[in-house]
Amino acid sequence: MNIAELQKKLLAAARADTPDDRVPYAFEKRVLALLASRAGADKWVYWTRGLWQAAASCAAIAVLLGAWLFFDPMASSNATDLSQNFESTLLASVDQSDQAQ
Amino acid sequence: MERTEAELIAAVLQGDPASFEPLVQKYSPRVFATARRYARRESEVEDIAQEVWLKAFEKLNSFRGEAPFEHWLMRLTVRTCYDFLRGHQRSRELAFSDLTRPEADWLERFVAQPETAPETADAAKLLVGRVLEKLSPSARLVITLLEIEDRSVREIAGLTGWSVPLVKVRAFRARAEMRKILLKMATEKYL
Repeated sequence: MNIAELQKKLLAAARADTPDDRVPYAFEKRVLALLASRAGADKWVYWTRGLWQAAASCAAIAVLLGAWLFFDPMASSNATDLSQNFESTLLASVDQSDQAQ
Repeated sequence: MERTEAELIAAVLQGDPASFEPLVQKYSPRVFATARRYARRESEVEDIAQEVWLKAFEKLNSFRGEAPFEHWLMRLTVRTCYDFLRGHQRSRELAFSDLTRPEADWLERFVAQPETAPETADAAKLLVGRVLEKLSPSARLVITLLEIEDRSVREIAGLTGWSVPLVKVRAFRARAEMRKILLKMATEKYL
């Protein structure tokens, strides 16, 4: 079979087949109604998009602060000091009673 | 008195969406005819046309008025059709057994006597539609614009946003891709 000839013939068939330009009834009304509904929806879209962006920034800041506290050696030594201080304060009365005896 | 296109566009840009309606009315036949080249089902054609007009409304401020509105709209239409093709890629295989009886008969007639198989036959039109559906999106677009709508390479470059050399390369590949599909289908039956 001559494939090039078949291709030529099929393309000629496609050229002979002019597509229909019929438009569905009241299509323009439908487009305008869609545009109107979109205009209303758009305000909410901006509002929700803003909220999502704010939430994403807050989450990013929280992650950064968490990472900073976790990896910062100064912060971890302070944390040890704090726990030691807390423990000695809590047990101070016990220590004092031991010394008195 | 009827308003000109430029006046209608200016009114839409100033916040009067009702002025968009005459434009939709005037150019929808062209948009629908173009969409029907790429989509078979009527629901898909309507979706494409609707998408074109929504995009046209959104991007109307990018229309400079240097070229006719129709050209700008057709660029938008072709690009929307291309997006549709990319989003609806179907299986590339076309087997002889997939063909309907009239399509297979037309092909048999072509094999027996190529000159007696008329290209105006409905079966030939259906068969070419089926072959085009199996092409990749870029191949289908370039074959449709270049071979079927008979547009120049420069025009296609303008419509698609591709460069002239890219259109030429894609046209070459598209013809080869189409031949490959036809060869595969023919091999199954005749070789």
